Amino acid sequence: MKGLTKTYGEGRTAVHALRGVDLEIGRSEIDVLLGPSGSGKSTFLNILGGLDTASSGEAWFGQQCLTEMNDRQLTRYRRNHVGFVFQFYNLMPSLTARENVELVTEIADNPMDPDEALHLVGLGKRLDHFPAQLSGGEQQRVAIARAVAKQPDVLFCDEPTGALDSATGRAVLRVLQDVNERLGTTVLIITHAAATAAMADRVIHFADGAIREVVMNEKRLAAEEIEW
Amino acid sequence: MVRPLHAKLTRDLWRIKGQALAIMLVIGIGVALQVMMTGFVASLTQTRDAYYERHQFAQIFAPVARAPEHIAHQLQDIPGVANVQTRLTGMGLIDVESRDIPVSAQILSLPTHELRHLNEIRLTAGRKPDANKAEEIVLLDSFATAHNILPGDQISVTLNGTRRTFDVVGTAQSPEFIYYAAPGEMIPDDERFGVIWIGRPALAAALDLEGAFNQVLMTLLRGAVVEAVLDEVDRVLEPYGSPGAYGLKDHPSDRFLSEEIAGLEISAKNVPPVFMLVAAFLLYIVTSRTIQSEREEIGLMKAFGYTDTEVSIHYLQLVAIIALAGALFGCLLGVVLGRVTVPVYTTYYKLPFLLFRLEPASFASGILTSVGVATLGGAFALRRVFKLTPAAAMRPAAPPDFSKAGQFGAWLMAFLDQPSRMVVRRLVRQPWRMLGAVAGIAAGMALSLSMLIIYEGFDTVLDRTFNVIDRSDATVSFVTNAPVKTLFELDRLRGVTLAKPVRNVAVVLRNGRHEHSGAITGLSPDGQLFRALDSQVRPIRLPDKGIVLSKPLADMLQVGIGDALTIDIREGSQMVVTTQVAGIAESLIGSPAYMNIAALNRLMNEPNRVSGAYIAIEDGAQDSVYAALKGMPMVAGVSLRREAEQAFQEIMNQGAGFSRFIMGFMAFAITFGIIYNVARVAQDERARDLASLRVMGFYRGETAFVLLGELGVVTLVALPVGILLGNSLTALIAAGFSTDLYQIPVVYAPKAYGVAVAVVVAAAFASGWLVWRDLGRADITLALKTRE
Repeated sequence: MKGLTKTYGEGRTAVHALRGVDLEIGRSEIDVLLGPSGSGKSTFLNILGGLDTASSGEAWFGQQCLTEMNDRQLTRYRRNHVGFVFQFYNLMPSLTARENVELVTEIADNPMDPDEALHLVGLGKRLDHFPAQLSGGEQQRVAIARAVAKQPDVLFCDEPTGALDSATGRAVLRVLQDVNERLGTTVLIITHAAATAAMADRVIHFADGAIREVVMNEKRLAAEEIEW
Repeated sequence: MVRPLHAKLTRDLWRIKGQALAIMLVIGIGVALQVMMTGFVASLTQTRDAYYERHQFAQIFAPVARAPEHIAHQLQDIPGVANVQTRLTGMGLIDVESRDIPVSAQILSLPTHELRHLNEIRLTAGRKPDANKAEEIVLLDSFATAHNILPGDQISVTLNGTRRTFDVVGTAQSPEFIYYAAPGEMIPDDERFGVIWIGRPALAAALDLEGAFNQVLMTLLRGAVVEAVLDEVDRVLEPYGSPGAYGLKDHPSDRFLSEEIAGLEISAKNVPPVFMLVAAFLLYIVTSRTIQSEREEIGLMKAFGYTDTEVSIHYLQLVAIIALAGALFGCLLGVVLGRVTVPVYTTYYKLPFLLFRLEPASFASGILTSVGVATLGGAFALRRVFKLTPAAAMRPAAPPDFSKAGQFGAWLMAFLDQPSRMVVRRLVRQPWRMLGAVAGIAAGMALSLSMLIIYEGFDTVLDRTFNVIDRSDATVSFVTNAPVKTLFELDRLRGVTLAKPVRNVAVVLRNGRHEHSGAITGLSPDGQLFRALDSQVRPIRLPDKGIVLSKPLADMLQVGIGDALTIDIREGSQMVVTTQVAGIAESLIGSPAYMNIAALNRLMNEPNRVSGAYIAIEDGAQDSVYAALKGMPMVAGVSLRREAEQAFQEIMNQGAGFSRFIMGFMAFAITFGIIYNVARVAQDERARDLASLRVMGFYRGETAFVLLGELGVVTLVALPVGILLGNSLTALIAAGFSTDLYQIPVVYAPKAYGVAVAVVVAAAFASGWLVWRDLGRADITLALKTRE
């Protein structure tokens, strides 16, 4: 990322969500993005995830320039390289756990077996349950299975534990850590829970649309060790 | 109601403006049709009644061959009779400069006195003829207009074989010619049929009817029984050659007009409710969705202390505003449509005036029904408001449970990818919504389809009547029955390739208490120029014995092949004979009865007589044949098949073109209203799912499939249901509206289906496109945001 800016609106009413962000993210890192609401971390994640376009600056994914892609190319990028985990899981209520994962494996280039993805998140026995029959933590784990099943290069997680109690939250973070370790997936986590930072390689602090500070974490904690 | 809620109401309406407009359109069309049709029922009924009363239109009509004037006193003495008036009538030929062949005309006598009399004419220009001036006549207004004849002009008329010149002193309309067509035809054509009124002495001299009459008009006292009077009149007139008296309801002009009014009344009762039901369904799903998405607000309002009723009223106001706006739009549209349609009516029905009458009652009922059904639709959805506790309402709703729908069709699922499974499971989970949508679309489509099928049917009438049944080029009728050798004179004319005899005999056909007064048409059995067809459109060879009845006539008389039928001959010998029904013929216009002409003449005891002929004319020889016919004194009238066909075609093109458009538009509006609303609601409900799919890397088209797939299924299911429903409705309409005057054929022409299917599919695509367009504009980061 080089000089990335994002402005909503024009003139006096313009809101500067990003005011020039420079950052490089390494392969297989776990980075945690911290900052108050409106600090620009979501906008940053949206641009990186190919969900939004930048007003100026450049964002590169490997050799591909995201900031020059059109809607179709961005869709292809999301389809093949990126996985998302949402705060409210966003599972398709009409599909079972396995089918929710298959929804993604059917369109991805190099997916893993859906059952394997669900085993990975510890849901091997609840394959044929519908979202309405699963708890919040289980739903989030299905969501993670769905995100990792396409074997993405990057996993974007927006408040993945925001709707969960601490024990369940920890279990979900454990799954993210596992994925990172076993598959080498880069994981970017947005969170309000500062404690989550303990499991990251780097902690990126956002404020007023810019990166205030990047802290390297010398000793990564396992998810279970995190104090909530 | 508190003001902040008003502001919310306005914003809510603005938010769902597209859906609200679509629903208003559906309600509007329903109300417009009701306002228009009930308006026309009132306008036509009142105009007709006023016209009849002011011009003393008779209630009993009795034709007779020739009766002495004093018989009128006997008729006057029949209990229940108010007024009796005798008159003279005959047929003549008007020689019009602008036409090659003469035009048939009915000639009627006007009384010599100036007192009020029955069937009084209404002068539109000029004056009445002076009874003592034999050359003065009044001409039927529409005929005069069609030929540009003005008072002061002269016309040449052949009457009883003698050609004379008359002065046109006025033009007039009459309550007995509101709807009229040339003899033997059904469709009015102002150019080809005239009516002449002339002083009685002049007509009596021309027809050799001095001191006698050949038609009686009567009015009845209040409470008189028409059938009883008719029987008495028949009894009195029988010795004088009466084909049978008839009442107002059998008068051709009145019948056409009354059947039109009756048809409108039936339609006004049955068509608008379809639109109202569709509107109620749409308002139900829209209200359901609004309540679902605003459950937190509802919880909040309840927590603040608003009662269930207050909350419900708020949502009902939304529904009522849409219904009211739709109804008002409908009233306005109804008035406009009514005004636009007036000229269509005055083309067919020659009324002195026709003002489209606004029926305040139809306005009121339109508005009340709209608001009523809307409230019903809304109230059905509002039940949920009552069930919701504030605490539960303010928690986000749990994900909809698909575990039951998920058990559906495991075998089928094996063949489907995930997006298709989503489509199927949603349909299965909310079957009532799907069935409602299917029923609504199918109902709209059926309405249009049935009208389209019936219009296509008219093309068949045209083709059958003018190309299959009647294959002559012209029909010639003679002044009196002529010996068969007269045909040779026609045959000899240069350019006539074939002349075939025809004989029409006035009769009353009876089977027990069922009877019908009409005519038997005697035809040459070879059927070369005119023939009877059976139900399979195969020609029927007229047998040496027996009678062939048209289907509606056989139904009316309740006879079948082989049954005996009594024929009461009302001319010449006046005999009563019995014969056998030898066949049943299909017929689309009128209800004819056919016999082999030789058999008919034997029955009449008058061998070798003809009353006219069908002739075939060589190409290019028409002009010389017409000129020759014009000069033949025994020719009473010539009717060209081509012209009759054209008149029919023109009327169909005028009326049907407009109606086709309206019918197509109706189906479009209903389908569009339903699909657009269902799609919008689905899109709204699933905004988050759809955004998630986009985030996961689904292209816009793939995402649209998940949303529009179910609408595609709904439309595809609705099409065959609509076709089946349309077929049944067509059969019902055809059976309900067919009379012995004309039969509405049911011809399942592919074109009608093509148009109906195309309209529904087009409406589905149009609404799908609007949704697809919005999908492109939707914010896909919505998926990452907090819940609505």
